Amino acid sequence: MNLALRDVRHNLFRFVLTCLGLSLLMAVVLAMIGIYNGLVADALNIVRAPRAELWVVESGTKGPFAEASKIPGGTRDAVARLHGVADAGSISYQTVETAHAGDPLRLYVIGYEPGRPGGPERIAEGRGIAVSHFEIVADRKTGLSIGDRIRLGRDDFTIVGLVEDVTNSGGDPAAFVTLADAQTLQSQLAPPAQRVQDARGAGLLESADTVAAVIARLEPAADLDDVARNVRQWKHLGAQTQAQQEAILLGSVVDRAKRQIGLFLGILLTVSAVVIALIIYTMTMEKLKQIATLKLIGAPDRTIIGLIVQQSLALGLIGWSFGLLLILLVKDYFPRRVVLEPFNAAVLAGIIIVVCIAASGLGVRAALKVDPATAIGG
Amino acid sequence: MQSLIELSGVSKHFGDGPTRVDALRDVNLTVRQGEVVALLGPSGSGKTTLLNIIGCIVPASAGRVVLDGEAVYDGRWLRRDLRRLRLDKIGFIFQFHNLLPFLNAHDNVALVLTLAGQTAAEAQRRADTLLDYLEVGHRAHSMPAQLSGGEAQRVAIARALANRPRIILADEPTAALDSKRAGIVMDLLRKLAAEQDACIVAVTHDEKIYDRFDRLFHLRDGVLDNQEEFVT
Repeated sequence: MNLALRDVRHNLFRFVLTCLGLSLLMAVVLAMIGIYNGLVADALNIVRAPRAELWVVESGTKGPFAEASKIPGGTRDAVARLHGVADAGSISYQTVETAHAGDPLRLYVIGYEPGRPGGPERIAEGRGIAVSHFEIVADRKTGLSIGDRIRLGRDDFTIVGLVEDVTNSGGDPAAFVTLADAQTLQSQLAPPAQRVQDARGAGLLESADTVAAVIARLEPAADLDDVARNVRQWKHLGAQTQAQQEAILLGSVVDRAKRQIGLFLGILLTVSAVVIALIIYTMTMEKLKQIATLKLIGAPDRTIIGLIVQQSLALGLIGWSFGLLLILLVKDYFPRRVVLEPFNAAVLAGIIIVVCIAASGLGVRAALKVDPATAIGG
Repeated sequence: MQSLIELSGVSKHFGDGPTRVDALRDVNLTVRQGEVVALLGPSGSGKTTLLNIIGCIVPASAGRVVLDGEAVYDGRWLRRDLRRLRLDKIGFIFQFHNLLPFLNAHDNVALVLTLAGQTAAEAQRRADTLLDYLEVGHRAHSMPAQLSGGEAQRVAIARALANRPRIILADEPTAALDSKRAGIVMDLLRKLAAEQDACIVAVTHDEKIYDRFDRLFHLRDGVLDNQEEFVT
């Protein structure tokens, strides 16, 4: 005869309501874990998207994500000729705000050279860029569809392809354009500002043929460190391996946000533990007279402990299950990516089990201290 | 007749020094099998304390307690597993039935048998038999909240008797019942005690049922009046 189950069935409505409350709490915890993971995944996605092995950037900078980096457009040819480099491509990054269907739209514009490294790895719908100008391959999160047209700078662009899950560390969806279009977008001024610059003669001095970085893929037998060392011999250039670039991105760009969310997650888990402990303790305190009766009629401690711990675990695990279900159903509606790995859910389940057992310890302690004489008399 | 309860020189005090309260003083009591006795006395006279000592719920401060031929207390507990002792030897009937609200009438009775180690089938058979005997078999699947006061008390009696205890302790067993039902319940308890060779010790204030007891014991300021009042 399972007393915990019978008690749950007797107070089913209250138990379900408690589980529901706990589910919502678990959903928030899982959402925070998902957002935390999403932040890291977004940051890594953008740096992993070009499948580069070596990043050639402006000397003395940690570009192109952590800091601005500007190197001459011709750098790509020089890098491509290095011993051990299989392929190289120029790439540029900039954040642009435009409008679509009357709503503001922030885009992380990636300029690349079609046919060279740096473009979208996998087109989910439509095709890649096929002409030199005015075509875009955008992330689905932009809300754009194939054939849509948007204005970037002074030109209209057509959406020809869609990719998935390519956003920058700030959550802005990516839009791939040709390097030439990206350079124009970067250097093009509004007509009045252009006229002032022309009058100053500045336009003649500054070249528009600059890129943020050159990415290189190496031949299978090439030594990455050797190639990086060769690049650094050019005093105006720096070189980072893919691993270094990822470390820079995680260490400096998303670190503070990551720690902020991590701290909040810790607080949320603590609050959840306190709430679970309070619920279980209250549930036990309400049953003290029944527990005294059980002791009086001869029920051993293990029966009483089982009653409390089983209910506590049921509460925690049902709360966790529904919380997980809820977050899986709504995660795609979050403005930022929510990434939930089975490992995260399993770790949370483990934490919940530990919390429930620890929380039921308070209730068990109170129950074991109950004097069976309490059952006698009014 | 075998003695089922033997108390010799049992005293109980709470606190020490100026705050010391003597709840029981040198109580000697013997109850034999088949006997139904009542503990009477004003509030605070020590009735419940005496019931708790017989029920192995609280230890005496001094004296010797023998239950069903087994010495369980002699200045200290002589048994470690007091709950098992209660489960095997003692049945409790409470003033407000104290049925577990999350178990139906049948399961409230069967629980005691399950705790005692009987199989589910055995427990079910015995619970059904007892509930039928006490004429509440038709309410076996009702929850305690759905039972009338009399029905609930009969289920509580069934629970107290389920494991065939030799000693039945009752705390105001008829307090929640009207006089007619109180009489019926007491008659039933007498009958069951006789059938099971058990004894019953009941705390009561209900004068209407005094005639159902074999002996009445008066407690005054912790002293048991040994002038036993024999009832027919």
